[in-house]
Amino acid sequence: MILDKRKLAMAAGLVLAFLFYSFHLYTSLPAGHKSATAMADRGKLLWQDYNCNACYQIYGLGGYLGPDLTNAYSRRGPEYIKAFLKNGTDIMPNFHLADDDISELEAYLRDVDASGKADPRTFTINRDGTIAQE
Amino acid sequence: MERLHRNKISTEKIFILFALLLLAGAMLFGLLGALQYLIPGLLKSRLSFERVRPLHVSSVVFWIIMATMGTAISFLQEHTGKKLYSAQLLGIQLWIFILTIICILTSYCLGIFGGREYWEFPPLLSIPVVIGWILFLINFIKSAGSLKNQPVYVWMWLTGIVFFLFTYIESNLWVLPYFRNNVVNDMTIQWKSYGSMVGSWNMLIYGSSIFLMDKISNNKTYSHSSIAFALYFTGLFNLMFNWGHHIYTLPTQPYVKNISYLVSMTELVILGRIIYNWKHSVSAAKKLFHETAYRFLLAADLWIFLTLLLAIAMSVPAINVYTHGTHITVAHTMGATIGINSFLLLAMAFDILNEGCRSLEPYKKMLNRGILTANISLLIFWLSLIAAGIIKARWQMSGLQLPFSVMMQALRPWFIIFFLSGIALTTGFLLIIYPLVKNQLVCHLKWTIKRRKSSIRTKAALAME
Repeated sequence: MILDKRKLAMAAGLVLAFLFYSFHLYTSLPAGHKSATAMADRGKLLWQDYNCNACYQIYGLGGYLGPDLTNAYSRRGPEYIKAFLKNGTDIMPNFHLADDDISELEAYLRDVDASGKADPRTFTINRDGTIAQE
Repeated sequence: MERLHRNKISTEKIFILFALLLLAGAMLFGLLGALQYLIPGLLKSRLSFERVRPLHVSSVVFWIIMATMGTAISFLQEHTGKKLYSAQLLGIQLWIFILTIICILTSYCLGIFGGREYWEFPPLLSIPVVIGWILFLINFIKSAGSLKNQPVYVWMWLTGIVFFLFTYIESNLWVLPYFRNNVVNDMTIQWKSYGSMVGSWNMLIYGSSIFLMDKISNNKTYSHSSIAFALYFTGLFNLMFNWGHHIYTLPTQPYVKNISYLVSMTELVILGRIIYNWKHSVSAAKKLFHETAYRFLLAADLWIFLTLLLAIAMSVPAINVYTHGTHITVAHTMGATIGINSFLLLAMAFDILNEGCRSLEPYKKMLNRGILTANISLLIFWLSLIAAGIIKARWQMSGLQLPFSVMMQALRPWFIIFFLSGIALTTGFLLIIYPLVKNQLVCHLKWTIKRRKSSIRTKAALAME
């Protein structure tokens, strides 16, 4: 049986390591302090207000009813995105968005697009099982 | 008097009963969502998919949370042999959660969202969730006493409660522009919190299932053993550091992914332990198969094996790059939430709700049919998702660039199987939920009538005097 003192020491060690890891991440964020524009930030909040994530994915995370939109901006272009947002589709309701809202959502998708590539074909698989992106 | 008291629904039981209603709701919302995959645009103007999905997801998440709280509190009292530190705090906690959940589900119906995965409700509603959880923590710590000589499940409960609180608050950091206004930063912290949060509620559920197994087998040696604690620390290590597999394709720091990859491989120890213990599990199954609660535990055992196998595979980045963003991820989630969490929680619910004025014996056939139907249909459901995931993975990796709608059309036969097995799965669960809820409500009704009669009699006697 493991002694109580040893158990407590192990738990305390793990908790300290976890807290260090967490606060290290909070203070040295992966993308540094490269912030989105105010317009893109408003677009992100609109994306959340309409719960777009329920149907669409960003970096493969979200719902699967619609496609991944991480690089939709560079793949489809702003006009295509605007048309979708303005009219809805057979599945997506027309949310009757104002022109400003559409511009903000487009700014958000442009910002997401600039952050990286989500297409799995762009990854190289290494022999140790890790992956790398060109 | 004792008999009369047994009929009253205790606060812990209300947690579980409300959770069971959420489970039934979650299944029905899930079916509606699956139907919207088959009939595009169904209920588009009134209850479109972006409303149905959170109704389903939040009902499932709160089924797990409510049932987890109810069972842990109930088993804690059995473990200490004492009453809870404060029944009043527990009552407040219960009503905070019930009212918040009702507000959350209503907000979805009205189209008011916070729009985050798992927690799709407005962030203001997170405040009562945190307050309710702090009350849970206070009651638990005050009731459990010290950690000296405690079995592994007390450690697991405490770990689950503390880490859920931490990760839940962490998942709301996005309200601060510092964390929110870069998509990579935001998603890194978001999935860090979610990965660990799932580990937290798993700690609570697995802790309770170890307690239940000890109780059924009448043997407490395992929960104090070195192997139990070794597995607990392996689980804790994974809870803290293996969340990165959710974001292998996100351009975040490479060390986040490498740490996760390495830590995930320690799960092989748990897998090895399951395989090593297989013979023992089979002999225990022969001995305890007559216990309905044990049948749920046995079913969960099989699902732990399948889900862990899939989870370990998905933790290898070279495999994850194929499965990520496909229905294989959904299969993994369904295996974990239905096959493991729900079956374990139903085993506990059965154990706790079985004590009452009415026996569940007349429903044994119905319960057994429910367990069998749920398991067979879940396997078909799970396999159809994996098949759909393989097709999507091939499409994602293909150089042909076929349109998304063409790929979705190819998935249709699998969605039909998914929907039909979903109907069978819902039926199986309803066959299990119905007798559990009905028995408690009938008992409570009897208790209320008896109490009213006795109060009328007392009043009449006083009037006569």
